[in-house]
Amino acid sequence: MGLFNLLFGQKGFTHGIHPPYHKDTADKPIRRLPFPPQLVLPLDQHIGKPAIPLVVKGQEVVRGEPIAKADGNFSVPLHAPATGRVAGIELMPTPKGPKTSAILIDVYEGSTQEVLWEQPRDMSELSPQEIIQAIQDSGMVGLGGAAFPSHMKLAIPDDKQVDTLIVNGCECEPYLTCDHRIMLEHPKALLRGIRYAMRATGTEKAIIGIEDNKMDAVELLKGHLSKGSPVEVKAVETKYPQGSEKMLIKSALDREVPTGGLPADVGVVVNNVGTLAGLGDLLPKGRGLIERVITVAGPGIAKPGNYLVPLGTPIRHILDHVGYEGARTEFILGGPMMGPAVSALDTPITKGTSGLLVLNEPSIEEESHKIWPCIRCARCVSACPMHLNPSMLGQLAAKRKYEEMAEDYHLTDCFECGCCSYVCPSNIPLVQYFRIAKAINREQAA
Amino acid sequence: MDIEIALNVTTAILFMGILGLLLSSMLVFANKKLWVFEDPRIDDLEGMLPATNCGACGSAGCRPFAEALISGEVTPAQCTVSNAEAIEDIADYLGVESGDVVKRVARLACAGGNHVARMRAQYNGLESCRAATVVSGGPKSCTWGCIGLSDCAEVCDFDAITMDHNGLPIVDNAKCTACGDCVDICPKDLFSIQDAAHRLWVACKNLEHGDSAENDCEVACTACERCVKDSPEGLISIQDNLAVIDYNKISLASPIATERCPTGAIVWLDETLGVIKGQQAKRIVRKEALPI
Repeated sequence: MGLFNLLFGQKGFTHGIHPPYHKDTADKPIRRLPFPPQLVLPLDQHIGKPAIPLVVKGQEVVRGEPIAKADGNFSVPLHAPATGRVAGIELMPTPKGPKTSAILIDVYEGSTQEVLWEQPRDMSELSPQEIIQAIQDSGMVGLGGAAFPSHMKLAIPDDKQVDTLIVNGCECEPYLTCDHRIMLEHPKALLRGIRYAMRATGTEKAIIGIEDNKMDAVELLKGHLSKGSPVEVKAVETKYPQGSEKMLIKSALDREVPTGGLPADVGVVVNNVGTLAGLGDLLPKGRGLIERVITVAGPGIAKPGNYLVPLGTPIRHILDHVGYEGARTEFILGGPMMGPAVSALDTPITKGTSGLLVLNEPSIEEESHKIWPCIRCARCVSACPMHLNPSMLGQLAAKRKYEEMAEDYHLTDCFECGCCSYVCPSNIPLVQYFRIAKAINREQAA
Repeated sequence: MDIEIALNVTTAILFMGILGLLLSSMLVFANKKLWVFEDPRIDDLEGMLPATNCGACGSAGCRPFAEALISGEVTPAQCTVSNAEAIEDIADYLGVESGDVVKRVARLACAGGNHVARMRAQYNGLESCRAATVVSGGPKSCTWGCIGLSDCAEVCDFDAITMDHNGLPIVDNAKCTACGDCVDICPKDLFSIQDAAHRLWVACKNLEHGDSAENDCEVACTACERCVKDSPEGLISIQDNLAVIDYNKISLASPIATERCPTGAIVWLDETLGVIKGQQAKRIVRKEALPI
């Protein structure tokens, strides 16, 4: 690959892996699913403080109405994804772990489910601060999976200067195609969203980074851009984890984010295409984020595809409608590399859920459990996109030397992409060890 | 020729000799001038201490504890690892009182073994509670409960924790030194260090109410408030759908508080009889694990 890059002048990130991509749903247009009878809306769908409920049990809500407000700056509000009645505020399972408070809405069956609550605004008159405020009011978070509040990302600290907005259309996780479909079906909303984000951040240039297995999206977006447009579409190499912020910055601009730093330190702000297309659609209408596109795929699904579902749809409802084969029993929210497995079918789709995969190959189960000793082959070392030494980190983790991992081996730079576990011929669950180590270090620091 | 060799050898011996003298005199000088008085009793005491460096006494390890003993800042009994005999020896050696120290032990706030707590999924990953917790809170319906993959038993340096046949850790009070390693490792924060004399105990952390709690686990606290009403005022309160005991008022506690508990989530830990549930607690006769 190094030679290829040299010859064709492509500057990509080094290391990384090529898992089987399984992008079988790329040609499936976005479709709606029927509304579920009940929606489950956890108050902490985003990173940051949980939202504060504005509704009480028994109250009627209309689709689009705010039902929870942001708790301070590092939080976002929540809007009703469907017209119905609040059934209560109860503890419900979430993909994150412990049961958390969630607003339950009994959806009215007879309702037409039009968005009845909106505050249209003229976007051309808004100042950057007002755009940021509008973004927070829309409840938008990073739809790629992290669910980091978008207004926090686009509000650049005073001591930092950014010049480029990178739009992340890589979608490097296997199976997922929702961002691909959004680029193909909503290019105008996406470009509108990019303009808002550029105004909010004061950047003069935007680069849409798309992996070169989605050339149709690259061509389509290029066709929508006029000559001399500040927006550029760039095809980057198809390689996991190209869609990681730091990898994409390296590939698109050949800049390297310093260890422990943020993209703003190298003058860049990165946003997902789904997020920006959402903003382009929601901001002028003054609506809140109430639904999202997810990819439903995997060998256990009868009708895989890209579906537009209201937030809070329990995965059981989705499985009922797409048809699922009972023998496959592993459910993953998001991509197979980084997405968490869920342990309850009542778990709802939240703002950060980009896909629902039903996997499991029972035949390899026994084999996959056995962990063999490290044979020092260093495949993990040549896979780690952050250039860490997962082999050494793994051995330290086995000895519970968590502090040494952080201090001497840059554990905090690990963003848990899972390349090391993927390539390990000895089946060592490296990234799982690192997650534990990071959790323990966080607790110790607190 | 022979003379030349002899000369070379003599020069070498002389040179090395002088060098040795010079360096040794430096060492002698350093030894005399830079010598620091250290109480010889520290070494003796360190030998008498268990050398586990567990930190349960509050010192960083056994040697700092020995230093603190000599300066009189601590009493010998504050070492929770040494047995009574060893503490007596240390007290005799120093000529001080061994002192009184309340025996403290680690207690698990969960009684949901796999025969009473429902599993909602099968976990097939790394055999560690920490790893299982990352996967959407673990396989149990009750996301506050013990996962039972024995992280605590592995981390315990004193073999005080063993896993029972229902997948729950059992703390051996005699072996437990209250070092707190299990408290730190438990991803669900179920362990806490308690006075061994405290008899009243809520063995649950489920924050759900009524049936939803009981659907998760047959021995969950349902927040029915019967224990609150049956005990002296202020001893027990319901916080976030969970009975919480105010251990400042523990002298008021009696087994009456446990009598009407419908699930047996609040228990009386008797010194000889072990865990005693109230009369009205649902009897658990099932021995095998619940199906998923």
